[in-house]
Amino acid sequence: MFSYYLELALRSLKRSPGLTLLMVLAIGFGVSASMTTYSVFRAVSGDPIPWKSSQLFVPQIDMWGPAGRGADGEPPNALDYIDAVALMRDHRAKLQSASYRVAPTMEVPGSGRHPISISGHAVYSEFFPMLDVPFAYGSGWSVDADTNQAAVVVISGKLNQKMFDGQNSVGKTLDIGGKDYQIVGVLGKWDPQPRFYDVVDTGGFDTDTDDVFLPFTRAIAVNMNNAGNTSCNSNPAEAGFAGMQRSSCVWIEFMAELDDATAIQKYREYLDGYALAQKSAGRFTWAPNNRLRDVPAFLDNQHVVPSDTKVSLLVALGLLIVCLVNTVGLLLAKFLRRSSEIGVRRALGAPQAAIYAQFLTEAGIVGLAGGVVGLVFTALGVLGVGMVLPKDIAALAHVNFSLLLLTLVVAVISALLAGLYPTFRASRVQPAWQLKSN
Amino acid sequence: MQIKPILAALRHHKSGTALIALQIALTLAIVCNALFIIRQRMAHLSRPTGVDEASLLVIQNQWAGKPSTDEMSSLMAADLATLRQLPGVADAYATNAWPLGNGGISFGMGYTPEKQASVTSTAIYFADQHTLPTLGLKLIAGRNFQADEIRQAKDVSSMALSEIIVTRDLAEKMFPRGDALGKAVYLSAKPSTIVGIVERMQVPWVYSFADNWAERSTLVPDQLSTLRGDNYVVRVKPGQMDAVFDGVSKALFAANRLRVISPRDGVQRLSDVRTKAYKSDRGMAIMMGLICVVLLAITAAGIVGLTSFWVGQRRKQIGVRRALGATRRNILDYFLTENLLISTGGVIVGSVLAVGLNLGLIAYFELNRMPLAYVGVGVLVVLLLGQLATLAPALRASRVSPVEATRSV
Repeated sequence: MFSYYLELALRSLKRSPGLTLLMVLAIGFGVSASMTTYSVFRAVSGDPIPWKSSQLFVPQIDMWGPAGRGADGEPPNALDYIDAVALMRDHRAKLQSASYRVAPTMEVPGSGRHPISISGHAVYSEFFPMLDVPFAYGSGWSVDADTNQAAVVVISGKLNQKMFDGQNSVGKTLDIGGKDYQIVGVLGKWDPQPRFYDVVDTGGFDTDTDDVFLPFTRAIAVNMNNAGNTSCNSNPAEAGFAGMQRSSCVWIEFMAELDDATAIQKYREYLDGYALAQKSAGRFTWAPNNRLRDVPAFLDNQHVVPSDTKVSLLVALGLLIVCLVNTVGLLLAKFLRRSSEIGVRRALGAPQAAIYAQFLTEAGIVGLAGGVVGLVFTALGVLGVGMVLPKDIAALAHVNFSLLLLTLVVAVISALLAGLYPTFRASRVQPAWQLKSN
Repeated sequence: MQIKPILAALRHHKSGTALIALQIALTLAIVCNALFIIRQRMAHLSRPTGVDEASLLVIQNQWAGKPSTDEMSSLMAADLATLRQLPGVADAYATNAWPLGNGGISFGMGYTPEKQASVTSTAIYFADQHTLPTLGLKLIAGRNFQADEIRQAKDVSSMALSEIIVTRDLAEKMFPRGDALGKAVYLSAKPSTIVGIVERMQVPWVYSFADNWAERSTLVPDQLSTLRGDNYVVRVKPGQMDAVFDGVSKALFAANRLRVISPRDGVQRLSDVRTKAYKSDRGMAIMMGLICVVLLAITAAGIVGLTSFWVGQRRKQIGVRRALGATRRNILDYFLTENLLISTGGVIVGSVLAVGLNLGLIAYFELNRMPLAYVGVGVLVVLLLGQLATLAPALRASRVSPVEATRSV
């Protein structure tokens, strides 16, 4: 029976090729615009560490007081050196790490080669197990290395490829900022997006991955400047990097792993206790105003998904709806034009269900054809995204099987939805009327 | 033209009529808001920087091997000498930031030393006596810096800030009566005297946090030497841009090897910096433009399709009317008026939807309020589109021969 409906549908569609083409193109455009913008939205709104994001927390401390708060009463999104080090020293979470962005220079062996600039983060040893950072060779460093300000380094697979041809380089040394650092680990592929461990400096997305990770304590000891953002409420009283460390300028990111509700509650209490202690010590003159958000909440609070992305998706969905309304109108015209044919079929004994099956098949075919057109436009659209969006975001949007499948499914479902009302009207055609008038 | 018979006929096509009206309403709502977004983005990305972008290069240099602060200032002076001697280079200076670079320092400026009394934010640009000629800034009052005023600052907190040059917008904000020259303002605990006013220079940031003070910049006579490295802004002689762009880092490496200039973005044309800075604005405008075009095309095609269908359905009635004396013009007018009636219904609903959509965007995405003029323009566009789309099928209808009335089926 289905093949009969298929044949009927194809014949009907062929009878008015212009109208058919119009419906197919409308669905194709609507679906591809939605899918292209959705591919960008999907890329930027993903959870970078889904298995653990609800256990990873970003503490915020209000070291600036009411004068430094925004209109929403939020404390700064990063920590100053004093508080970051205090939180590390108190060590109240299962795992925790302060971090800041560094961009040291590195000597490249071989005569006449220029030194190169590398990027990375200064972190504590617990950074690696806390974020489940994958290693190709070796591992992170020990807690002792944190305490001893050891000259050790974890390098990215990319840097390892560049310097050591991808061989196991654990134990070798690199000359970073004029000092030798021993390599203790080489990372596997690790490029989480959004860059949840450093939203403050990246705004969420970064096409460049970190080349190196060094001990935080070591980086401070050798005066390795912060290469990320610094926000100050007031000018530091003393000059230089040392002055920065004694100031209330914020430039350090912090993350803590808290595994259950009790741990979270305890950490909140700890933060409030810390702020109160600072108040009684005279450093703060205001009530505690801390925040403790898990990774998804923090990403949301920092508006990591650009509002442009959401607006585009919304407008594209609007386009899809208009295309559907358009298709409803055209299908209605097309189906009702065949009232006499429906009348004959009904008079010969076809039940309403048969009319439904026949016309929904026709709508489905239009949807499928629209989907195929949509596939082509979606692929072109995702390619074209690179031309209109900033590199760090455009690089994340890509065509994959699930996107293509979704395109087809959305196209067919939209067409079937669009076909429902016209089909309902077609099934209600009174056979007697049609047979009589013609 | 009589409207009554048209309304009577439309009553027989309630759903078709409602669908077209709905489509027109949605199209209007989306097109108005998209046009408004496009207009906003275009206004944003076409803001002038006030500097001579076409002939400027920016070089980001980082020193290797940790020189001391004193060593760094002599290294910087040597680099500037190297740059200024290059054939093709007109002038150069060292600074911390440049317009559209999206990185820099901002200070509050006030009439008194207390920070709370700050009147406005301002961007701080490190400058020397070469800055004005290099950037092509127009001095509208006062004077340029003099060589003996330029000092070395170890970091931001050790700037002298005793003489400053400000932009006109900043001067007018601080001293609305236009007597800013020679006055003292406070960027720190010490007073800073305004010695010069330039016509215009945009702050380094293009995003929204600086929108309210986009042209309030301050030039300070300091040279900053930190481990973060030096940035040089270079003015290139006419026609020499490509040659200097290709050769400048080689020349600097030849003078001193112990440095890092990223091969990727160590040397940038300011025109490329502009493209990068406004990429998302341009992208959003293009995307909205494409969506508008597709939307209008689909709506027009939908109107053509449905009107054609109606014309086909009514051939016999048209024939009867023609036989009873209606002219071709009458038939044409009938369909155009019919479309106008439906479209009018659509745009009334659509105008409400457009304003509602804008209010939603304001609430959720911090967009600005759309002036009603956009709805007005949108209404005109949609009505005109409807009439044009109806024209072809309506003309076909007007050519229906009176003989059709006599044919059965």
